[in-house]
Amino acid sequence: MTRKRRRLYIVAAALLIFGGATALVLTALDDSLDLFQSPSQIMASPPPPERGIRLGGLVEEGTVSRSTDGLSVAFRITDGAQSVPVNYRGILPDLFREGQGVITVGNMGPDGTFVAREVLAKHDENYLPREVVDALKESGQWQGDGTGGAQ
Amino acid sequence: MIIELGHFALILALAAALLQGSVPMIGAARGDAAWMALARPAAVVQLILVVFAFCALTHAYVTSDFSVANVVANSHSAKPLLYKISGVWGNHEGSMLLWILILALFGSAVAVFGGNLPPSLRARVLGVQAWIGIGFIAFTLFTSNPFLRVFPAPLDGEDLNPLLQDPGLAFHPPMLYAGYVGFSMAFSFAIAALIEGKVDAAWARWVRPWTLLAWAFLTGGIALGSWWAYYELGWGGWWFWDPVENVSFMPWLLGTALLHSAIVVEKRNALKTWTILLAILTFSLSLIGTFIVRSGVLTSVHAFATDPERGFFILILLAVAIGGSLVLFALRAPALKAGGLFAPISREGGMVINNLFLSAACAAVFLGTLYPLFLEALDGSKVSVGPPFFNATFVPLMVPLVFLMAVGPMLPWKRADLAAALARLKLAALGAVVAALVAWYVSNGGPVLAVAAMGLAAWLFVGALVEWTDRVKLFRVPPGDSWRRARNLPRAAHGMTLAHTGLAVVMVGMIGSSVWKTEVVTSLKPGESVEIAGYSLLFEGVGKLDGPNYTAERARFTVTRDGEEVAVMFPEKRVYQVRSMPTTEAAIRTTFLADLYAVIGDADGQGGWTVRVYHEPLVPWIWVGCLVMMAGGLVSLSDRRLRIGAPHRQAASPAGGQAGDKSPSRPATA
Repeated sequence: MTRKRRRLYIVAAALLIFGGATALVLTALDDSLDLFQSPSQIMASPPPPERGIRLGGLVEEGTVSRSTDGLSVAFRITDGAQSVPVNYRGILPDLFREGQGVITVGNMGPDGTFVAREVLAKHDENYLPREVVDALKESGQWQGDGTGGAQ
Repeated sequence: MIIELGHFALILALAAALLQGSVPMIGAARGDAAWMALARPAAVVQLILVVFAFCALTHAYVTSDFSVANVVANSHSAKPLLYKISGVWGNHEGSMLLWILILALFGSAVAVFGGNLPPSLRARVLGVQAWIGIGFIAFTLFTSNPFLRVFPAPLDGEDLNPLLQDPGLAFHPPMLYAGYVGFSMAFSFAIAALIEGKVDAAWARWVRPWTLLAWAFLTGGIALGSWWAYYELGWGGWWFWDPVENVSFMPWLLGTALLHSAIVVEKRNALKTWTILLAILTFSLSLIGTFIVRSGVLTSVHAFATDPERGFFILILLAVAIGGSLVLFALRAPALKAGGLFAPISREGGMVINNLFLSAACAAVFLGTLYPLFLEALDGSKVSVGPPFFNATFVPLMVPLVFLMAVGPMLPWKRADLAAALARLKLAALGAVVAALVAWYVSNGGPVLAVAAMGLAAWLFVGALVEWTDRVKLFRVPPGDSWRRARNLPRAAHGMTLAHTGLAVVMVGMIGSSVWKTEVVTSLKPGESVEIAGYSLLFEGVGKLDGPNYTAERARFTVTRDGEEVAVMFPEKRVYQVRSMPTTEAAIRTTFLADLYAVIGDADGQGGWTVRVYHEPLVPWIWVGCLVMMAGGLVSLSDRRLRIGAPHRQAASPAGGQAGDKSPSRPATA
């Protein structure tokens, strides 16, 4: 076993393993990306139902309603300019309330309602997701001071 | 007054670090013993000053001194004492101070226990440590100073984020930081070795204990964080592939690789360049882990509110530390002498494969975590990479690694016989088949992949045990002889067995809780009950409860199985008054084999409550397994060879540390 041969083996093993990893990464990236969209973007060009979407914005005041079985919730998410109706079934995060910045993950339904499989509100009541801040700035509704604060 | 003294002490600590980072380095380059000797007292003085600064801030928290801005923002007079103390590091500024404290502790440990290190190496290691300290102390003083006052002082504070008021999270940051910062030792030794132009077995013997210690702490820190997420967030999950989790996991993956490659350097004097690179990259990832979340560039569920002005400082710090060390590596690494030869099928070969898989897995996690950043910089589109990506890339890379984990320790150094190694693993194969059959039977023919994964975990578990029993010749010689052999075995061997079996236990927990988890979400009125996995939970209603700084709505569930009462569970919904922030407190009933997990949601206004119940088989095994892995690391650390101060460079390195010993204080020409 010469030094050269050994190096050859190691390089071959490295190429094999890293090549495999690259192949895995490329195939997985293709179908596990969620695209962040603001309500304005969704209204402008509704994404196809199979596309994973993260819809972010503020929960519009006065739109939260619960179904009679207490499990389904309907509300609208707004960026100030446009708003999108959202349906969600399950327990809402503790910090979910009207006027709060949230991100919902799911797909656009054919009837124009967003079906969320996950609703995320942040751990810190002053924190607003960066995407939501950007979306609010874009629609001209941003009044914050840079550290968040959706009050 | 005390807070100003603390502030002043931190400034003096910066001065001490500047001294420690310059004079000994110059002394080492010139071979001036007196200049080099300055490093040790400087490191100790720096530690004393930082300890004082830290105590000053802690004092302000414990006495609720609301003239200090940091205390106002993160504490409240009604908060329990434990959380007043943990509040010190439960915020950005304070956690930076904790980082500096741990760094100074490690630095002075080298100063105090490194008596037998060659003076030039010791001076350079301490010098590099000092430079890391300078970066962090300057960052803290200039952008994140916890010692600032407010005027007028408010009557009371704004309280700590209630989610952080938890015993699990009180100790999570210190553990995690001890892990991150611990890798700074490997980094400093690597940089010092590059400057010296010399890596030998003795060098590896000094690096390994620090890496082991850091690794054990990081394992514990990650496990604590995951446990906290599990019981506190109320989602019943223990890992979300969230950026914060990923950035702590990446140094763990590379640190694990480093742990193994350092063994090869120590035993066989091979893989030296690679080990140096790993040490640099592991600490670089720790730096990224500390900063990337705080800089706010990545959206995370756990993110603190962030200050964009810090971003620039952080970027500079990362560029200097990571870029600088990689440039040094590129310049100096070719000067390192290549070491011992080995056949592809050998213990060394196994370690190489281990390192390749671990770094490939780390690269995949890195890519998934930072991909949103790259894409946004490229075309401005905002995406997020979800758990499916990580499951599809990380898991397939781990399967062959775990399979080979049972084989590797069976291979002798230099050249091995694969057939002989596999023959020793017959019992492990049998164990795998039995475990798979049991899993298949218990889960009523559950998913094939999960059943196979259970088999794989058993393969690793039995394989690691077989290796150990072979070493002590259990059942083949009288028990007394086995006992004597076990006692004579190096502690590192026991450590490896523990760590490898621990991982097998973790795997069982992960597989069980992700594949066979069941969940029921429903709305219940008092008197109604919900059925899950053979249990029946009777909802008896909700009562009010007052805590020290919160009020709670507490539900009562009576749990029965086959008509017999087995437990009463009290999930809560708390509202912390100061921040008027609600939190969920899950009720968990654990048997070692499974957890029953109940959470209450909101009242629907008509007497009903939303209730979510999970049954998570085997989930406690995850944390038990992590503890076993940690124990493995610590047992290995207690090995005589690795004991701090034990190794003597000349005496202990017959394998070939002689290269370049003629001029120990002068860097070899590159």
